[in-house]
Amino acid sequence: MEALRVEHLVKRYPQALAVDDLSFTLARGRILGLLGGNGAGKTTTISMLLGMLLPSAGRIFALGHDMARDRFAALARMNFSSPYIALPARLSVRENLQVYGHLYNVARLGRRIGELAERFRLAGLLDRPAGDLSAGQKTRVALAKAFLNQPELLLLDEPTASLDPDMGDYVRTALEEYRRETGAAILLASHNMAEVERLCDEVLMMKQGRVADRGAPAALIARYGRDNMEEVFLHIARNEAL
Amino acid sequence: MSGAARRIWGLVYRHVCVYRRSWPRLVEIAYWPTLELLIWGFTANFLSQGFHAGPAALTGTALIAGVLLWEIVLRAQIGVTFSFLEEIWSRNLGHLFVSPLRPAELVAALLAVSVIRTWIGLLPAIIIAFLLYHYDLFAPGPVMVLFFLNLLVMGWWVALAIVSLLFRYGAGAEALAWTIAFGITPFACVFYPVSSLPGWLQPVALALPASHVFEGLRALLLHARVDWAQFTAAAALNVVWALAACAVFAGEFHRARVRGALISIGE
Repeated sequence: MEALRVEHLVKRYPQALAVDDLSFTLARGRILGLLGGNGAGKTTTISMLLGMLLPSAGRIFALGHDMARDRFAALARMNFSSPYIALPARLSVRENLQVYGHLYNVARLGRRIGELAERFRLAGLLDRPAGDLSAGQKTRVALAKAFLNQPELLLLDEPTASLDPDMGDYVRTALEEYRRETGAAILLASHNMAEVERLCDEVLMMKQGRVADRGAPAALIARYGRDNMEEVFLHIARNEAL
Repeated sequence: MSGAARRIWGLVYRHVCVYRRSWPRLVEIAYWPTLELLIWGFTANFLSQGFHAGPAALTGTALIAGVLLWEIVLRAQIGVTFSFLEEIWSRNLGHLFVSPLRPAELVAALLAVSVIRTWIGLLPAIIIAFLLYHYDLFAPGPVMVLFFLNLLVMGWWVALAIVSLLFRYGAGAEALAWTIAFGITPFACVFYPVSSLPGWLQPVALALPASHVFEGLRALLLHARVDWAQFTAAAALNVVWALAACAVFAGEFHRARVRGALISIGE
């Protein structure tokens, strides 16, 4: 069963072709890595998957809903986290989670916030203003917000950026557990290749808006005759021909 | 609570959280209406000095009523645009636009916040007008509610037009949020009749609901009669302008999604 299906996606700006004929599927219970250097088209792709940006061509089906026609039905069952989009700094962590709990119509919101505070070690931070938190703490709050509605499809942009190794490992374990417990599908954009190797069932390597290569991390490492995904990434990023 | 009502409440709650713990923000909301009232209230007192009745005293009363009622338009407009700018400044729009919150619900929440802000801003001025100048805004009776509503709606459609400009030009258009409604003031005929404008400017004034509201207000205060024709004209113009503003908002929101402006609106 597909959580996400992307067909011939194109995004053309007046000065640039940001995404060029991108097609892929993401099955439920799987984690797909979206990799690529800066300007490869990852953010543009994620923005289109979330309905924030309209494609120039192509179609997106999220949880069976056509994003061009019925995106709000899909968005209620999805969620997103990025360290590059902030939560209101003057609100406490609890208030931020309450606001988004209302937006996502979360049942028994107080209890859900308590569960997430425990899962992401936020209990001592709930009543502090979000703006007073460290970068790592903000990342954990953003993740808690992304888990509020128990999403069936989770889009994560650099989910462990700014986290120390201990917390980064903790979050990766939480993602694995969540996927196992709920069967959720996760699309993960990351520059942390060790994280990609650990979490992803398959990766899409993007370059200049197109898919440069795709496959399971182990298969890609074998195909390029490298030792790890870091080396595969560097090889593809530095190789001019697609 | 239905899903839509809960989403609207969620966004209203986000702004309530900011105001309930920040007294400087609450003071700021009430500061300008109170200051305006004090300046024009004393001016009105000066103009009507020695007159306890007659045209001079009534002109003073009309001046104070005009100040208070025009503040409804300004506060309603600023209430919407400031709340939207708050989302831009806090870089929160990205989260909002990928949540199930519909654009219409976003607008409904901004309008609700503007009603709260308008009352917080106006209440001290209304009380001061009563205590200092013995002017009771509500003395003319329930018809004042109709004036209020017309001016509130005008503030809203002006705000929607400004938010549309923010979608198109990004935070660079922020200055418009503070200046556009003030720029309309000369044509709204708050303190003088439409007939006192040059002939070529009168159609501009007559296209604004506010000018009809203030003509109606003067008829009420000076001649003690409700001019329903002016009220009907104001309401009809509000409907037309509000529909136009909604269409512009929907169009600019769509174009922002095409251009990717929702991602970079704060930059």
